Amino acid sequence: MKRPNGLAVYAFLYLVFLYLPVLFLPLFSFNDGTIVAFPIKGWTLEWYRQLAGQETLIQALMNSFLVGFVASLLATSMGLFAARAYVRYRFRGKKASEGLVMLPLVIPGIIVASSMLVLFISIGIKPSLTAVALGHTFLALPFSVSIMKSAFDDFDPSLEEAAFDLGSGVIETFRRVTLPIVAPGIVASLLVTFTVSFDEFVLAFFLSGNQPTLPVYIWSQIRFPAKLPNTLALGSLLLLASVALLVVAEYFRRRSTKSTI
Amino acid sequence: MRSEATKGLTLSAPATLYVGFLVAAPLAILVAYSLWTQTYVSVDRTPTLANYREAFTDPLVRHLMIRSILIAATVTIATVALAYPIAYFIALRAERKTLWLLLITIPFWSSYLLRVFAWKLILGFNGVMNSALLGLGLIDEPLTFLLYNEFAVVLTLAHAWAPFAILPIYVSIQKIDLSLLEAATDLGNGPVQRFLRVTLPLTIPGIIAACLIIFIPTVGDYVTPSLVGGSDGKMIANLIQVQFGAANNWPLGATLSLLAMMSVGFVAILFVLSSTSLGRRIR
Repeated sequence: MKRPNGLAVYAFLYLVFLYLPVLFLPLFSFNDGTIVAFPIKGWTLEWYRQLAGQETLIQALMNSFLVGFVASLLATSMGLFAARAYVRYRFRGKKASEGLVMLPLVIPGIIVASSMLVLFISIGIKPSLTAVALGHTFLALPFSVSIMKSAFDDFDPSLEEAAFDLGSGVIETFRRVTLPIVAPGIVASLLVTFTVSFDEFVLAFFLSGNQPTLPVYIWSQIRFPAKLPNTLALGSLLLLASVALLVVAEYFRRRSTKSTI
Repeated sequence: MRSEATKGLTLSAPATLYVGFLVAAPLAILVAYSLWTQTYVSVDRTPTLANYREAFTDPLVRHLMIRSILIAATVTIATVALAYPIAYFIALRAERKTLWLLLITIPFWSSYLLRVFAWKLILGFNGVMNSALLGLGLIDEPLTFLLYNEFAVVLTLAHAWAPFAILPIYVSIQKIDLSLLEAATDLGNGPVQRFLRVTLPLTIPGIIAACLIIFIPTVGDYVTPSLVGGSDGKMIANLIQVQFGAANNWPLGATLSLLAMMSVGFVAILFVLSSTSLGRRIR
């Protein structure tokens, strides 16, 4: 099926459309001028250098790390158990449960954010990093479940049966057979859910109170034109971090599953 | 040894309960709030439909709700139409499928906020696009219709949601039994006819999934209308945020959230029903 392929050209242009806008952020973060427009005035690392001295930025970064760490851990442990149940066992309400845990993906962000704010206030959780972490766990769970499902899909149950037959207990079997096999899936899930939390804005905007996460901090900077070059530099670093995390996650996910998607 | 069913239920319980609780409880509280009213600093808990009356009679609410749905519908149609050929290309023509899928999904993992921010910089009066066009001598003065309107919102959202449209369609094309396509050719169908009579009807589930995945979240999008929408491109989420923020009228905010959710659900159900029946007719 080789012919001068219009589709391939279209696909290439589509990639340009997908990538070009995002690449302007790093491009102009090195621009030696405060206005984001052509022509580029000159190259500088000044904007990056200035970032290091900003206390509130460092604090926001730490907040994001903390929230991402807790949310990814919670989401991945719940996802791990749930995925195992979905792949291995048949039980009543399985389809309903599988559908329910995917729900956070499709509820509009503003509705999740406003309704969680109202709920947390009602049960006495003030807007804080705790509230954000609980919310991000909710948003990250579908990602964890689907990654862990594909990890368990390619797991041969007879391996566990063999371990039982050879006299291993439940815990020993889990530690010595199950865990090593699904470990790459767990790592992939931790990284992906961390990234989901690290990049999330709307929910954090509603729930973080006076403890901003990094995207909330960036949001507060966007409205100041004078801070624009710094925001670009920070944004570029964030882009780089997300993509790097994802490439590593992808590597582990590939190791955990035979499927090619 | 416990039974399979017990094990399955126990293992899936934490995730199910967590999501179930965080969906059901806020919903219940939103409903309660929507029946209360805001009186200066406190909330009056006498049940009343005043908020709904206000939401239904206020032309601003109706206007923003309709605009949100129209913008989301436009974004959905544009995104899915642009994505279909890519999904088709990757599923049936591309040699390195995994690489293509990876390339398509990477931008999705960059921060959504930053992608929207990038468009604000590109479309601005003194922005990237205008300065480039001026520099190339293609225009004499900056274009003003780029930023702060519905066009900017649609463009930005279509860009942000692109990967979501490609994946479900890709999966549905991937599932097609290739012998069906061969049979269609053998029975004398040309490429266009074959596409319309075999490929397209078989991928309708993927198209529906893609439409829903894009339409539902975009109706309630907050970041894009805030950054690139200006006053002409505001959507319902902006109004909801104001109620929970500056206006400090949570009961009205809760009412608007619920109404937004219901409108989205209503349009989505209508869409699924009509497109499945359309799919049946094509076949």
